[in-house]
Amino acid sequence: MIWSNILIYFVIVPLLVLGGLAFSKSMKAIRTVVVTGATALMVLAAYLVIEFLQIRAAGVTDEMVLTGSWVWYAPFNIHLALGVDGISVVMIVLSAFIVFAGVFASWKIDPLPKQYFLWFFLLSTGVFGFFISIDLFTMFMFYEVALIPMYLLIGVWGSGNKNYSAMKLTLMLMGGSAFLMLGLIGIYFHSSANVNELTMNIVEIAQNNAIPHSWQMWLFPAVFVGFGVLGAMFPFHTWSPDGHASAPTAVSMLHAGVLMKLGGYGCFRIAIYLMPFAAHELGWIFLILTGVSVVYGAFSACVQSDLKYINAYSSVSHCGLVLFAILMYNTTAMTGAIMQMLSHGLMTALFFALIGMIYGRTHTRDIRKMGGLMQIMPYLGVCYVIAGMASLGLPGLSGFVSEMTIFIGSFQNSDTFHRVFTIVACSSIVVTAVYILRVVGKLLYGKVQDPHHLELTDAVWHERFATIVLIAAVAAIGCFPNFFESIIKDTFTPGGIYDGILATIGQPLPWM
Amino acid sequence: MFLFLGLMTTKLSKKVAGTLGTIGLGACLVIGYTAALTYFASGSLEPIKVLDTVWIDFSQIAEGFSINLGIYLDPISAMMLIVVTTISFLVHLYSNGYMDDAHLIKYGHEAEGGVKHGFQRYFAFLSLFTFSMLGLVLATNIFQMYIFWELVGVSSYLLIGFYYTDPAAIHASKKAFITTRFADLGFLIGILILSYYTQTFDFDTLINGSSSAISTMQGTSFLGCSVLCWAMTCIFIGGAGKSAMFPLHIWLPDAMEGPTPVSALIHAATMVVAGVYLVARLFPLYLIAEGSLIVITVVGAFTAFYAAAIACAQTDIKRILAFSTISQIAFMITSLGVARPEYHEGVGYMASMFHLFTHAMFKACLFLVAGAVIYRVHSNESGKMGGLHKYMPIASIACLVGCLAISGIFPFAGFFSKDEILVAAYANNTLWGLWMSMVAGMTAFYMFRLYYLVFWWDKPDYEAHGHHAPKEAPMVMTLPLIILSVATCVIGFLPFSDYITYNHEPLHAGHDWTVIISSTVIALIGIGLATVLYFKKNDKPAKMANAARGLWTAANKRFYMDELYMFITHNIIFQTICRPIAWFDRAIIDGTMNMFANITNAASYAIRKFQSGSIQSYVWIYLVGALAIAVVSMLCLI
Repeated sequence: MIWSNILIYFVIVPLLVLGGLAFSKSMKAIRTVVVTGATALMVLAAYLVIEFLQIRAAGVTDEMVLTGSWVWYAPFNIHLALGVDGISVVMIVLSAFIVFAGVFASWKIDPLPKQYFLWFFLLSTGVFGFFISIDLFTMFMFYEVALIPMYLLIGVWGSGNKNYSAMKLTLMLMGGSAFLMLGLIGIYFHSSANVNELTMNIVEIAQNNAIPHSWQMWLFPAVFVGFGVLGAMFPFHTWSPDGHASAPTAVSMLHAGVLMKLGGYGCFRIAIYLMPFAAHELGWIFLILTGVSVVYGAFSACVQSDLKYINAYSSVSHCGLVLFAILMYNTTAMTGAIMQMLSHGLMTALFFALIGMIYGRTHTRDIRKMGGLMQIMPYLGVCYVIAGMASLGLPGLSGFVSEMTIFIGSFQNSDTFHRVFTIVACSSIVVTAVYILRVVGKLLYGKVQDPHHLELTDAVWHERFATIVLIAAVAAIGCFPNFFESIIKDTFTPGGIYDGILATIGQPLPWM
Repeated sequence: MFLFLGLMTTKLSKKVAGTLGTIGLGACLVIGYTAALTYFASGSLEPIKVLDTVWIDFSQIAEGFSINLGIYLDPISAMMLIVVTTISFLVHLYSNGYMDDAHLIKYGHEAEGGVKHGFQRYFAFLSLFTFSMLGLVLATNIFQMYIFWELVGVSSYLLIGFYYTDPAAIHASKKAFITTRFADLGFLIGILILSYYTQTFDFDTLINGSSSAISTMQGTSFLGCSVLCWAMTCIFIGGAGKSAMFPLHIWLPDAMEGPTPVSALIHAATMVVAGVYLVARLFPLYLIAEGSLIVITVVGAFTAFYAAAIACAQTDIKRILAFSTISQIAFMITSLGVARPEYHEGVGYMASMFHLFTHAMFKACLFLVAGAVIYRVHSNESGKMGGLHKYMPIASIACLVGCLAISGIFPFAGFFSKDEILVAAYANNTLWGLWMSMVAGMTAFYMFRLYYLVFWWDKPDYEAHGHHAPKEAPMVMTLPLIILSVATCVIGFLPFSDYITYNHEPLHAGHDWTVIISSTVIALIGIGLATVLYFKKNDKPAKMANAARGLWTAANKRFYMDELYMFITHNIIFQTICRPIAWFDRAIIDGTMNMFANITNAASYAIRKFQSGSIQSYVWIYLVGALAIAVVSMLCLI
């Protein structure tokens, strides 16, 4: 019975919130509904972690647990197939956290709060749906569900050049989807050696491993680029700075925090999981692109003057590191990549939340026009410094753990090509320090630039609450990394399907 | 017990009162001393490892490969434990007096909204620093060291930028963090290389247990050097960054923008010697990779001279002390660089640690004197001081003791440790010995120049600007001075050579009288020269400066290293890398994307005409199309 699977409730709850919102009249009712919904999601996520750990403790070693499959459209074998492994679990937890914090960050959204939250929860439906599905078609469907609300959220509630940004973001991501669609259909038609047994189920496709090598060679790039666009891979990242700059606070949070992770997750779960041969043959091209992303994003961030642009480029750099690590094809680096997704999600959400709060007070995001904010709003200032420290990899916060895991993992590849790129990626820690400290120095320290800023107030309770939730999560990962890593690593347990995949793709290429 | 020590300091960093911080540190001090003395008294100098817990597990790479957090006690970490807790405690005590007034001096006249809650924030950062530093010295593995290495970097950043409304302080803190971060990149790469081959981070295993992996590293050659050599040199880059070795020294003089007790604690006694400690910790590996030891010697010896030369021409008293710190740390580094088991049983190693220990005491003492003077005179410039021995006798005596110690005069602490370093240098190569002796002479000269300029020279009119005449600092500030001065007088007699040696075996080397006598003579010459020039106000120094104007200016401007760096970072990296990339992103990549959009738009406008709705044009197009198809099919048929 479908209702007995806990995973489906991650989709049901946001949909219920949508229904509840439709009937709420006052601001108070809206808030009650959204807070209840977001809290319910948090509780569900916590319950899922416990349940997952119990299942694993009980000795179940399946690839995916909590699976369930219900026929949706028989002619194409489309199922509503659900299932999670360690990676999906942490991604779901991440999404729940960000949705929760996002609700509090958009407490005073204006105008049309009801419609705003409608789109916001539709977006989260898509996000959760994507992470719980293991059927290609449903994944793609939820992916699209997550993308479309973005257009309206930015177009209506955004700021600055919002129509351009919303259009650009949507079109570029749609362009990516077109590649993706192509790739997915291609995979479907080669999913099994037997024409009568074609399937959309990821686990089955991976077990069949029937996609001909010649097909993999072009399906892999299509899928990887399709998801890479969302993962802000160079040179398909330009939607990100404009999109983030125009988006309202909570949307930036959700977008940078969770949506960009859909890209990384998709690259991992579909491109590499299903097409190991092509991943092995073509990985190096994407490795170069993502390596460039890492450094390029960081250097770009050094000269921006808009807070959101700085952060968007910083995201390009950090998300580049995610894809970079996935392409290193070993367990440690991949674990690091997932950690980095988690860490970057929380940290960027925190950043965007703070930027939104600062912007809401000063009405400018230009760092040249601000200064000395530490004296005026010490709470926000301290939070900003913490977020910055997490971003530049201070031990004890999440960024350090994930970056180090990635670097140690990447360095296990013994050929010069991978080594050189690892060192290049390492150098981003210095550049990151440069731009973070530049912002902190200009924005928070120094003399107050604008006398009007002296009258501004510090954070209020719902803002404090949103930031504390995120900071606590960042610090928890930073201090107790082994707990999170053990959940993620569970996916790569020896003897599983990843053994075969890693054995295929982990080999150095002949010319390396 | 040690975990408790670490935990307590973190807890303290949240509680925010000076007294509480000091008492907490006092407790740390007691625990630290008990631990260290118990360890030394136990008779066995074998390393002890406790509470080693897995922090991140990499068992998928190799069995037992993980990042651990724990406590490691061996002679040098026990010694560092004593240094860190002592200095930190005294600095906490001292800060209770200094910080009370310090921001009034610096920011009292400014508009409202100056630095608020400074006192609590200050103690929180100071405790955070002490916690991280203890974590660093007690690290069981190289990665734990790296973790705390970053943490001390951040606490240093926060403390240098303590006066965060002052542009100079912000700039200095940024510079310190980025420079050391750059060096840490080297450290990280070194760790990566080392751990790839040995599959461990653990010090014990690295040093004792993995000889086969080490020999593989030695055998593998990369760009003309063995991989081990590369790894160890990379790690040394990290150490050089923290320890302000040339050319990564530029952050330390600027770091003097922080409060003076901070300079004493972090930038003189503890954090900056982390690099020395790192090299000492991995010394057995360095002995195998001799190439990197040579790099270390050269860098150390050059820095020692370079910094001493600059120190002779500075006027800001904290800058003089900063360069003197650089120079003294370079002594320790050189001493490690020249140490070999075959020369006097590796006396250099022991000398370096000994000097680290004594230097921490007398340099902290000197910095605290400087703090006391600044506290009363309200300026860092030696030009505004002079004749203070009458007003501040205790500070004057403490300063004299410190200067004698750093110059290496019997029976003060510096004499013993510096002599050992010179012995080690002569044993390795006479050239190094002569070079280091010369630098030692310069040290004596500039330190006494400082002493005379502050406490003798000529008395400026202190009361002219509405200030009160300077007087002795309050008791909480003078007490640490007295304690440190006394320590400076006696610690030289500690039997260091019995406990701290590279192979845990007591050392039997006797005294080398030639070195003792020659170095004392050189120091006396330096002191004499300073006395002639700076004891009383005269125009000889100005004349000399005029005579060698170019050299003086160059030294005063620190040989233009900062300008060079500014040029590289701003003009080269920012202007030729960052800006073009940003432009490229907007114009080329984004331009391409926009071009697609524009082409699509243009195309739709172009074909819009076809949907005009007029039947005539549809029929017309239909006819043309039909004709075209007809022609084509005819052609095909033919």
